Amino acid sequence: MAKDRIKRIALLGNPNSGKSSLFNHLTGLNQKVGNFPGVTVEKKTGICQLDNGEKLMVIDLPGTYSLYPRSLDERVVFDTLTDTKNPDYPDLAILIVDASNIKRNLLLFTQIADLDIPVILVLNMLDVATNRGQRVSPTKIAKFFSIPTISLNARTGQGTELLKQTIAEHKINKPEPIYQSTNFEQELENEVMEKLGITNNYIAHLLIIQYQNFPGISEKEKTFFKDLITKNKFNPELSQSKEILARYKIIDKVIDDAVIYNLQKNRNLTERLDKFFTHKFYGYFIFLVILFIIFQAIFAWAKAPMDFIDSSFSAISIFLKSNLPPGVLTNLLTEGIIPGIGGVGIFIPQIAILFAFISILEETGYMSRVVFLMDKIMRKFGLNGKSVVPLISGVACAIPAILATRTIDNWKERLTTIFVTPLMSCSARLPVYTILIALVVPDEELFGFLNMQGLALMGMYILGFVASILSASIINLIVKIQDKGYFIMELPLYKFPRWKNVGMTIFEKSRTFTYEAGKIIVAISIILWVAASFGPGDKMKNAEVYVTKSLDGKKIGEKEFDAKVDAFRLENSFAGIFGKTIEPVIRPLGYDWKIGIALVTSFAAREVFVGTMATIYSIGSEEESTIKSRMRAEINPKTGGPMYTPAVALSLLIFYAFAMQCMSTLAVVKKETNSWKWPLIQLGYMSGLAYICSFIVYNIFK
Amino acid sequence: MDSKSVAELKPGESGIIAGFTDGVISLKLMEMGCIPGSTIKMNFAAPFGDPISYDIAGYNLSLRISEASCILIN
Repeated sequence: MAKDRIKRIALLGNPNSGKSSLFNHLTGLNQKVGNFPGVTVEKKTGICQLDNGEKLMVIDLPGTYSLYPRSLDERVVFDTLTDTKNPDYPDLAILIVDASNIKRNLLLFTQIADLDIPVILVLNMLDVATNRGQRVSPTKIAKFFSIPTISLNARTGQGTELLKQTIAEHKINKPEPIYQSTNFEQELENEVMEKLGITNNYIAHLLIIQYQNFPGISEKEKTFFKDLITKNKFNPELSQSKEILARYKIIDKVIDDAVIYNLQKNRNLTERLDKFFTHKFYGYFIFLVILFIIFQAIFAWAKAPMDFIDSSFSAISIFLKSNLPPGVLTNLLTEGIIPGIGGVGIFIPQIAILFAFISILEETGYMSRVVFLMDKIMRKFGLNGKSVVPLISGVACAIPAILATRTIDNWKERLTTIFVTPLMSCSARLPVYTILIALVVPDEELFGFLNMQGLALMGMYILGFVASILSASIINLIVKIQDKGYFIMELPLYKFPRWKNVGMTIFEKSRTFTYEAGKIIVAISIILWVAASFGPGDKMKNAEVYVTKSLDGKKIGEKEFDAKVDAFRLENSFAGIFGKTIEPVIRPLGYDWKIGIALVTSFAAREVFVGTMATIYSIGSEEESTIKSRMRAEINPKTGGPMYTPAVALSLLIFYAFAMQCMSTLAVVKKETNSWKWPLIQLGYMSGLAYICSFIVYNIFK
Repeated sequence: MDSKSVAELKPGESGIIAGFTDGVISLKLMEMGCIPGSTIKMNFAAPFGDPISYDIAGYNLSLRISEASCILIN
């Protein structure tokens, strides 16, 4: 036994059936998140320990309504359950059913039962069903299908022990096949089984109908299927609809037998709440209030932990710098790697808070109402009601936002959402905005109570939103992708959130972000450190000599001297040379080579702008007010006036609002769209937009 | 009898599903419980009239008008 492969349990069910809650009950914190091979579908696995000590691997498969997949998520379910050679092919399937919505939930069960995999049926939300006037009898369902059936409350976890015992004690039999295909279909199925070496006729049946959708089917096999279908004049759609109808007929029989409907079903809470939440006035008002609270939380609550992370990382850098032997490696560690990791860590508080809210809204069922409210409006711009979540998330960080587009079934709408999400002002832009706004907008009150700098900042966020919506319309006009995507969406019952699930979501999203963004930000930080620390010739090495020479015997303090040396080094490093090289390109926008260096270093993460400014102007401190006053004092050698005129500052603000200066986002887009085409178009589009708009703004205000 | 589509139902009205006008979407709708012969009730529409929430097979399903107009009722 010990040498055997650890047993796999596949957890299956409709969306909103309580599957994730059950998964959390079975596995606790022993969870791992990865991807299913070859596709960007999140794969959650966990270890469940039985009372007899045996350990099992539970695989949380994406929620699906049937084995006729339409989205990537659903396809994974099909792939896992039908390919016996798949390493995750389950030894046992647990199918969780929302008893208050039993009819539709049982469809998937009847399909799974025909796959020759032992199944345990778990009935969840029996209490909700009773409240809605449906008495569901688990024993009768168990008897009807002759399979083990367990009543379980996924919210409280009641019944989990019984489920574990059932897994441990019973030799669970494969269920009796439920659906009988016609003799004609059986002939075709037999031919497929023989050809592909499949032992189950329902898998053969599923493959005949949808072989085109599966990457695992070779070209040769595709031709075989095509010939088989034409030769026999087989109509896949007809066959599929017959199957669904037949299954529902069987389900109706079960329901007649096992469910007692109590007709005095009163108007329930959900109906009453929907009157309010989807109201043409209150509906949008409530949504706006919730949005306001989320933004407030992201910016106000996250500030303290972010400051803490920021100061901790600089403390670590300083500590290591003064305690390690000086040298290139120490510098790499303290100036490249540690600030790089800090640059990732600083966003975790905001991402955690954002996903706390999103997961609460999803748990309660409210998010589906937002999608419902916003669909028509978003569609005008070529987006989808489901684009709302990614766009909101984009205010914290585009990476989790782009991953959140996976719920959009329509490929064109999903692609559009991915394309425009990075235009939403993410939190990395915030430090840049703050410093530039402070340079040009007076810190005064408008009408006595509206802070003008605050208004300007809000204006930047609105600008980002407007840019993404308008860009979506442009894409909608240009890109012609025909996609028979659906909107068809369940409006689940309102529920109280389960805090354990909320906690798990926060943990998982933060972890995904740390890995996805982290590896790239750290890598780029190292590259940029090299570019900023080394340069051609002897200027880097003998910087002190050059600076002393330039001082012409003038006496200055040690600190000021060091800062001047740093600035000299940066100017003559590869990064500095590059900044100077691109100067002709950025001059029309009002920028000099110093800003050029900042634009280059911003590619790791935009907020690096502030640090670069500090180094270039040899300030030796990242204190915001110091940088601000130094920037204000900078003289433009050509005009003799200040360098940071309102025109330059506005031009820079626009540039940072629109430009795609985030390698991590490009990498995630590449992964999600499976090609370099879209991230490259995105890079070109956003840079072009930033350049043109900054150019216009600079020339208007010059 | 004249058949009309589900999209024409007013709030609170219901009908019996008779069939579909689009083959591909009908399969998805049937999986979701929109089976010919079953009752579908219009609950309410979103503020701009689209999408619409329906009561089918004991739960709330929301459909865009373009999708709802594929379902024919008696």
